[in-house]
Amino acid sequence: MKDFDTAELERKFQEKIDKDIKIEPKDWMPDDYRQTLIRQISQHAHSEIVGMLPEGNWITRAPNLRRKAVLLAKVQDEAGHGLYLYSATETLGADREQTIDDLHSGKAKYSSIFNYPTVSWADMGAIGWLVDGAAIMNQVPLCRCSYGPYARAMVRVCKEESFHQRQGFEIMMQLAGGTPEQKAMAQDALNRFWWPSLMMFGPNDAESKHTAQSVKWKIKRHTNDELRQQFVDVTVPQAEMIGLTIPDKDLKFNAETGKYSYGEIDWTEFWEVVKGNGPCNKERVDARRKAKENGEWVREAANAFAQKRALKKSA
Amino acid sequence: MSKNEWPLWEVFIRSKQGLSHKHVGSLRAADAQMAVENARDVYTRRSEGISIWVIESKDVYASDPTEADALFEPADSKVYRHPTFYDVPDGISHM
Ligand SMILES: [Fe+2]
Ligand SMILES: [Fe+2]
Repeated sequence: MKDFDTAELERKFQEKIDKDIKIEPKDWMPDDYRQTLIRQISQHAHSEIVGMLPEGNWITRAPNLRRKAVLLAKVQDEAGHGLYLYSATETLGADREQTIDDLHSGKAKYSSIFNYPTVSWADMGAIGWLVDGAAIMNQVPLCRCSYGPYARAMVRVCKEESFHQRQGFEIMMQLAGGTPEQKAMAQDALNRFWWPSLMMFGPNDAESKHTAQSVKWKIKRHTNDELRQQFVDVTVPQAEMIGLTIPDKDLKFNAETGKYSYGEIDWTEFWEVVKGNGPCNKERVDARRKAKENGEWVREAANAFAQKRALKKSA
Repeated sequence: MSKNEWPLWEVFIRSKQGLSHKHVGSLRAADAQMAVENARDVYTRRSEGISIWVIESKDVYASDPTEADALFEPADSKVYRHPTFYDVPDGISHM
């Protein structure tokens, strides 16, 4: 057995990262790298799964069969995204059930955006357009993440996300071009989801404690503020195009930089929601916990059936 | 963690006739048949496959990445296995 020198292993590891060589599950990696990835990927997986709830809320009340089929397909994709990501955490040695229990106990976090209620059909539009739009901004650079299984899962996810955003924008566009009541619904949804969507990119760079190390490890390629800016710059013209108003009186286009400057984000609200005091935190986690508890007998029965079948086969 | 957790399966998909099965990820299922059914929903929602293989993850025996250099060294040192090793004079074609 060789005597492994950790410093040397770390140096070689960073060298691989710098050369854009992917890290694969059985490769040596620093413990912090592993823990950072487990935390980030499981948080991401939880967001996909919890994210099904606010939209699932409207499946039975979609305005027509086409919208219903589309929303159903979208929510099913989110389930798939959650599953790709849980399987990526398992490649790092995390136990899937423990990971899920951490969500249920409140130990693990998920994206705060899903702690806001979906009170009207227009919210399905706002979520697809803004929330999936912001998710795409975050996820596209993750396709080049240094950890192979995460990067591969993100490639698959990103391919599927673009339909999510388009169907949401289509809903908003149609409402915005409809009756005054429909347009008001669309504007109201934009008003409620705009700021929480900007918060999806996380704290300002100055406050973000993990960014520097994650950039060095090529887990992250851009800072929170860079991605947020990119999101504002692409989304504002889309809102204008369909005749909706971004609810920010400080929003200004800077012709010199080609970028928008925007108002101050309410970080007190952000941290309150992260801490569990958002409008739906309890409801969301309760729903997930109940889903697990109510499915317990199904998992047990499936196991019993599998054992029976295996016995029959070996007999 | 409960003892009821389903085993982990590795999923391989043949995307079209003529191509080999390729690893796409993993999932949990009570048995092989359920693993195939779940793989259909998780990994082929957009016609990504026409055939699925599943194998329990614990049955995969993999080479050790720390021994990759030694394991693959014999191939590295045999450049004469490649056609570019040989000089073919000008004027010789179809070779
Ligand atoms: Fe997703
Ligand atoms: Fe999505």
